[in-house]
Amino acid sequence: MSQADLSIHGQVSRTGATEIMTAPTFSVPAKKMAMWLFIIADSATFAGCLVAYGFLRNATPDWPRPFHSITNVATMTLILLTSSLTMLIGIRSAQRDDKAGAFRWVMITAVLGVLFAVLHIREWMGMISEGATLFHNPWGTPSFGAAFFSITGLHLLHVTGGVIALIAVGVRYQGGRYKVDDLEITGLYWHFVDLVWMFVVPLVYLLNLSH
Amino acid sequence: MATADTHKTGGIGKDVAVYVCLLVLAGIQFVIAYQDISTSQMFVRMLTVAIIEGGLALLFFMHLSENRGLMWFVLIFTVAVILGMQYGWTDSFRLIDGVQWAK
Repeated sequence: MSQADLSIHGQVSRTGATEIMTAPTFSVPAKKMAMWLFIIADSATFAGCLVAYGFLRNATPDWPRPFHSITNVATMTLILLTSSLTMLIGIRSAQRDDKAGAFRWVMITAVLGVLFAVLHIREWMGMISEGATLFHNPWGTPSFGAAFFSITGLHLLHVTGGVIALIAVGVRYQGGRYKVDDLEITGLYWHFVDLVWMFVVPLVYLLNLSH
Repeated sequence: MATADTHKTGGIGKDVAVYVCLLVLAGIQFVIAYQDISTSQMFVRMLTVAIIEGGLALLFFMHLSENRGLMWFVLIFTVAVILGMQYGWTDSFRLIDGVQWAK
């Protein structure tokens, strides 16, 4: 049995002349299980940041509400949700052995990710021009700037890494080096990035809207 | 050996339906943001909607509904860690119930 088979089908143990096949954990290939474990760990990281932000906000009397418009964050949310759908379409194409279609939809997903990042950086530039930075905030406590830029910055870093992974895996899948499983695993990571944004938007943006 | 990955249920129609549900839920969050309610009420409502959104993404986009064992492993472990971070340290209740606003 090849190494590839072992990673998919589990371990083979030899007792005398008998080979016993043990099932992989939760019947999930090792690579996919590794991605799930990474997602669990990264969820804890983001949860820690958001919980700390919650305690900080609750304990600070002059917490500002600087966001006047929801247009940009709504657009970014729409883009990220749509990119999850395009990723799913790409994976379904790959499962039907439609390599060209799968590559096309994965690249569309990457483009949407780039668009999200551009809008995010544009928003950052707007806030920096108004005087909000990691260590300073013209509307109240400096903790706001630190919390906002660190949480959204961490998410943007994940989006950027995801875009790079999408392009690399997409190109290698089209070249035949990677398989459908590899696209699915990359898709898991991309959906996780989208899932985190679903929590960042209400807690960081919508709760700090100026009415 | 057949694994959970070989059993894909539903087509693109289901994915689009979940996508539309997520858009609607995100829209509900934006509506809640403009309601005339206290911050704590707003937080509870938004977090509830976010958990539903996250659940839909986990179950359908990430196909966790197709593997019950993995689903329970991910949910129980992640929730335990998050609750531990939220309530598992000595000062965790003081900031919420004690000194609500620092002087």
